[in-house]
Amino acid sequence: MILTKAQYEEIAQCLVSVPPTRQSLRKLKQRFPSQSQATLLSIFSQEYQKHIKRTHGKHHTSEAIESYYQRYLNGVVKNGAAPVLLDLANEVDYAPSLMARLILERFLQEHEETAPSKSVINSMLRDPSQIPDGVLANQVYQCIVNDCCYGPLVDCIKHAIGHEHEVLLRDLLLEKNLSFLDEDQLRAKGYDKTPDFILQVPVAVEGHIIHWIESKASFGDECSHHAYLHDQFWSYWNRFGPGLVIYWYGFIQELDCNRERGILLKACFPTNIVTLCHSIA
Amino acid sequence: MAAVLESLLREEVSVAAVVRWIARSTRGSEDNPGEAAALSSLRPLRKEFVPFLLNFLREQSSRVLPQGPPTPAKAPGASAALPGRPGGPSRGSRGARSQLFPPTEAPSTAAEAPLARRGGRRRGPGPARERGGRGLEEGVSGENLPGAGGRRLRGSGSPSRPSLTLSDPPNLSNLEEFPPVGSVPPGPTGRTKPSRRINPTPVSEERSLSKPKTCFTSPPINCVPNSQPSALDTSPWGLGLPPGCRSLQEEREMLRKERSKQLQQSPTPTCPTPELGSPLPSRAGSLTDEPADPARVSSRQRLELVALVYSSCIAENLVPNLFLELFFVFQLLTARRMVTAKNSDPELSPGVLDSLESPLFQSIHDCVFFAVQVLECHFQVLSNLDKGTLKLLAENERLLCFSPALQGRLRAAYEGSVAKVSLAMPPSAQAVSFQPETDNRANFSSDRAFHTFKKQRDVFYEVLREWEDHHEEPGWDFEKGLGSRIRAMMGQLSAACSHSHFVRLFQKQLLQMCQSPGGAGGTVLGEAPDVLSMLGADKLGRLWRLQERLMAPQSSGGPCPPPTFPGCQGFFRDFILSASSFQFNQHLMDSLSLKIRELNGLALPQHEPSDEDGESDVDWQGERRQFAVVLLSLRLLAKFLGFVAFLPYRGPEPPPTGELQDSILALRSQVPPVLDVRTLLQRGLQARRAVLTVPWLVEFLSFADHVVPLLDYYRDIFILLLRLHRSLVLSQESEAKMCFLNKLLLLAVLGWLFQIPTVPEDLFFLEEGPSDAFEVDTVAPEHGLDAAPVVDQQLLYTCCPYIGELRKLLALWVSGSTGRSGGFMRKITPTTTTGLGAQPSGTSQGLQARLAHAFFHNQPPSLRRTVEFVAERIGSNCVKHIKATLVADLVRQAESLLQEQLVTQGEEGGDPAQLLEILCSQLCPHGAQALALGREFCQRKSPGAVRALLPEETPAAVLSSAENIAVGLATEKACAWLSANITALIRREVKAAVSRTLRAQGPEPAARGERRGCSRACEHHAPLPSHLISEIKDVLSLAVGPRDPDEGVSPEHLEQLLGQLGQTLRCRQFLCPPAEQHLAKCSVDLASLLVADQIPILGPPAQYRLERGQARRLLHMLLSLWKEDFQGPVPLQLLLSPRNVGLLADTRPREWDLLLFLLRELVEKGLMGRMEIEACLGSLHQAQWPGDFAEELATLSNLFLAEPHLPEPQLRTCELVQPNRGTVLAQS
Repeated sequence: MILTKAQYEEIAQCLVSVPPTRQSLRKLKQRFPSQSQATLLSIFSQEYQKHIKRTHGKHHTSEAIESYYQRYLNGVVKNGAAPVLLDLANEVDYAPSLMARLILERFLQEHEETAPSKSVINSMLRDPSQIPDGVLANQVYQCIVNDCCYGPLVDCIKHAIGHEHEVLLRDLLLEKNLSFLDEDQLRAKGYDKTPDFILQVPVAVEGHIIHWIESKASFGDECSHHAYLHDQFWSYWNRFGPGLVIYWYGFIQELDCNRERGILLKACFPTNIVTLCHSIA
Repeated sequence: MAAVLESLLREEVSVAAVVRWIARSTRGSEDNPGEAAALSSLRPLRKEFVPFLLNFLREQSSRVLPQGPPTPAKAPGASAALPGRPGGPSRGSRGARSQLFPPTEAPSTAAEAPLARRGGRRRGPGPARERGGRGLEEGVSGENLPGAGGRRLRGSGSPSRPSLTLSDPPNLSNLEEFPPVGSVPPGPTGRTKPSRRINPTPVSEERSLSKPKTCFTSPPINCVPNSQPSALDTSPWGLGLPPGCRSLQEEREMLRKERSKQLQQSPTPTCPTPELGSPLPSRAGSLTDEPADPARVSSRQRLELVALVYSSCIAENLVPNLFLELFFVFQLLTARRMVTAKNSDPELSPGVLDSLESPLFQSIHDCVFFAVQVLECHFQVLSNLDKGTLKLLAENERLLCFSPALQGRLRAAYEGSVAKVSLAMPPSAQAVSFQPETDNRANFSSDRAFHTFKKQRDVFYEVLREWEDHHEEPGWDFEKGLGSRIRAMMGQLSAACSHSHFVRLFQKQLLQMCQSPGGAGGTVLGEAPDVLSMLGADKLGRLWRLQERLMAPQSSGGPCPPPTFPGCQGFFRDFILSASSFQFNQHLMDSLSLKIRELNGLALPQHEPSDEDGESDVDWQGERRQFAVVLLSLRLLAKFLGFVAFLPYRGPEPPPTGELQDSILALRSQVPPVLDVRTLLQRGLQARRAVLTVPWLVEFLSFADHVVPLLDYYRDIFILLLRLHRSLVLSQESEAKMCFLNKLLLLAVLGWLFQIPTVPEDLFFLEEGPSDAFEVDTVAPEHGLDAAPVVDQQLLYTCCPYIGELRKLLALWVSGSTGRSGGFMRKITPTTTTGLGAQPSGTSQGLQARLAHAFFHNQPPSLRRTVEFVAERIGSNCVKHIKATLVADLVRQAESLLQEQLVTQGEEGGDPAQLLEILCSQLCPHGAQALALGREFCQRKSPGAVRALLPEETPAAVLSSAENIAVGLATEKACAWLSANITALIRREVKAAVSRTLRAQGPEPAARGERRGCSRACEHHAPLPSHLISEIKDVLSLAVGPRDPDEGVSPEHLEQLLGQLGQTLRCRQFLCPPAEQHLAKCSVDLASLLVADQIPILGPPAQYRLERGQARRLLHMLLSLWKEDFQGPVPLQLLLSPRNVGLLADTRPREWDLLLFLLRELVEKGLMGRMEIEACLGSLHQAQWPGDFAEELATLSNLFLAEPHLPEPQLRTCELVQPNRGTVLAQS
């Protein structure tokens, strides 16, 4: 699961302008049968998000929104049951869920007196039944269930995966008899930055001291790793000293270059943990 | 001056008399009248004798040390190395006065004026004001040097100058003009006298070519008045340039510039470039080492005498810098070769005591002989050097040859020595750990300040890491690389409280990173011991050893380096400079001062000689370590305090003179010192804690600007220090007053201070040396810290790395003279954890306290430390315990009270502030229990801890007293805190709990309340929630399309999926509330799709629809999951949302039976009430439907409503539809 940069780039190369549908995923799995599905999905998702971040702007100009909305209206007038919105999103190379949000916002602007708040929109996306227009509700719902990179369902899946791995890690720590403070306890104590776990007694992994462990249920690519380093890992180091990051879905080997500096990367729970011996005379 | 030396040499006076004469102004009672008479005539010159002697020796040695060693020893004659001829045949004698060569350069007239001026002004220690003018003489800046291509000379006193060309004001100390009676008049070429003792900065060719060198030495110490302006400039770069003093001035000017650059601007690490202390002899040519032979020493007696006088001066601390002199002597010992003085008269009849007329050192043999003579007198100092130096000394063949006895003693000393010294740098830094007690939100004025500081901390370390990565790269510039980021960050620290937080971080990080180079103390005071050092010190030691070998030997830049910021310290210096924030500097000074006071006042254990040996040995290990940690921390803090405090006054420009200086003095004398160092010094001396106070004070003063020593306040300090210096006679066996190594440390740091450029050069010789008068009016304890063996070689060398130059000199000799694989023999002292600091006890009032004091008086110091430590810890633990028990209970009560309140007042609950007041008024009175509980806790915990920590053999009575005192102190500490703070603490905690509860009240009531966990037998093997959501999502996406023709799900898969969902819901291990919510929502969507028959089923095309029975079975499963397994709310009303019901509209023919079935089951299972369903159905009518669909819906609604409340539905769905559609429904 630890990929070299070259391996990673080979995969990333295949993902250029692939729509985030289950069909695309199926093809990807066929193309790289040796990689784990979760790793592939994680890479796919991250690559797609990078792509969307790059192109986000052009879909949000008022001209673009207007043109999308008109096409949507024309489409549903012709056939409300056809996947108008989904096809539109795929055609203009935008995430279906985000397209749904765009059109919904535009729709609400037209039909409500006041501009819809973000929470109203989010709530409608979570439960399209609340959308006053039945056709639009169906269209939005279709977009959301067909998008494998964005949308409330995907967010929930990601959140759940993250949570599950934290639980997994907690169990492993308990199993190894390593006492720790978890995020909630740290927050209650008023820590300003909280890794998933701080070990109450540090351990050594592969010769490196570990004070804290962060679980990341994703693939560690360059972009996300650098963001994490800046926002989280270095901040942990700054407060708690060296630590360990577990990228459960693997990472690019070359990123594991800060070991000496105090940030160790692993793709699984380390096997050889050296604990402090209390018998030192 | 020479007269004195001459009369000495002629045995007119004894050495002892001379030394007495120098050291003590008036005492002559022991002297015989003849001597006294001889000397008293010379009285006015008394204080100029030592500078003269030192300069004389440097001058005499100039032929031997032609390369102008970086020794700050004045080497007026070191000019021998002329440009273009390093290694070439010697140009001729530059030594002494046997100047037989014509000057190579024409004397420059331009030089004369400044020289004359100087000479006139420099006569002896003048008033302070005058001294301030030092260095004003402008000079050619050092940048000109490379062009000149030669080494710079301090040539003012170069003997190679014809002297008598200029008239000078009469000067009694000028031997040329006032030759001592009976002395042979100076030769025709004139024996020049050094103008001042100079510590030259030789910028040699080799160096300037190899590396940009910031070689620093200290300035001249004192002038022997009357430099001879007549001297010819022999400076290699001196074509047309003023000779002598002028070039000296330039040199000094350059030094000053260089130094200020280094101090203020330089982004480059100030860690001096590794450089061997001694110049590499240019032996590329025909020069080879001359062997030294004791038999060929030219005039033993004379050498012996001078050596004796010289040694005595050293021993009496009449020289400013002990180690500088030792360095000089080592240079003589290891001199390679003498520059031949062709025309000098080498043959002096042995035994004939001639005057100073002939060169003192006529050959290498003379030099070595002299050096060994001096070394013999200082065996005690030598034997206290580190083991490596001792080894090199003991193995030095010259020493063996000239004094087997000394060699034998040194060998013995080496074998007995345990003084291994390591100067390896510690491994790279760790960050300051986050401590909730000081760093959490409660310590900040606002959320914003808290979050700003959170970011600041990260920026600070980001900057630090970047510095670590880049600062050694050539061309990298601190200011350019990091300056703007640092300033932006400082700009955000708006609140004063944020500044103090940041300063705390800065200071802690400083201590953590820079405190100790080497194993002296791996940990920062007050911080937890470094984990690394606990995890097998052995391995770590090996690692460091390796690291040390790999690193170039650390150089301290000659025996008298300027104050620098080596290693990581450079980061902090540059940070301060780049930040250029006065708020930051002020907070930093406050914080540094506070910490210095705290550490300086720390009750370090005092040595008690009565301790049994074995025990005290063990104790002293820890005490020494603790002392080292404190001392090194203090030095570091004081250095930075000095740096910041004097920063506004320092600049590259020369110090002011005249009126300007007067006005500056008037102004500055009004400014209170940043830290009352004078009082601290006085107290330190009184309390006999000089060994702790003086080293850090020296660090502080080393950053003083030129005006500082002229201020009365600081002048007092310097005078105190001078007196102290004079009083530290090493040979005096005054162990009771001060230990040998303690003295050595003080002598080394003071000697170094006296060489700092800003310290007036004549200050040292200015003071009448009332060495005996230095009797501090002691109300002091009998045994102060000074008398305790707190300093070891490791600490000495850590504080004064320049002492290591001695070893380098010897090592260089080894590597140069033999083929042996010389190299530094280094040993490592593995780091160990530092002993825990003792805290001064709390109040000491009342009889009980006095009794306790008395009790400790006759006990070993470790007992007291143990008791104080236990009390301190238990007291602190007690507070924590109260927090965790009593306060936590009260918080729980508060929470339940709050819940009640919320229930009675409804969801709104009322005003939080009011709620808090109500709760606090109920709960705070319970805080009174804290004191009783605290007392009980201390009573319970302290005795055991004391017992565990004291030796088993402690007498029972002592033990129980110790326990009682510990209990008392702990209780006192805990109760003092509790009674002052318990109410506020309860308030704070309750407040936090209230806001927590109110927050939790918010949007997710489902998250509250009890949640069932897994059953006990659960092994957590259920499918993961994320997997299930993902799977169900796939089914949903298939159902709503678009889909390929071959896509679909099998009924088995659906059944399996629901089965898994059940498992997952029953195993709560991995389930988080949002996941459960989404699962619930998805399951409802799935049910709707089932009801509307929208799920594409895989199989033979005929079975493209789910069978009714299968659909019912699946719905049953879902109903059961909703009923049994979901713990959160399931949005079942969505089943009747227009959108989901609308799904039915698209199916043709429409089938209502599953919906009706579902509705009935919902009611039956109690999942939804009839009323609720009725309401939903009612609202469905309001939606817009196709006409026929609305009709069918109305029928369904009526049908459902008309149903009696029976357990079993009696009507078939077909009965509710109109006949024309009934056919389809009837099939179900």
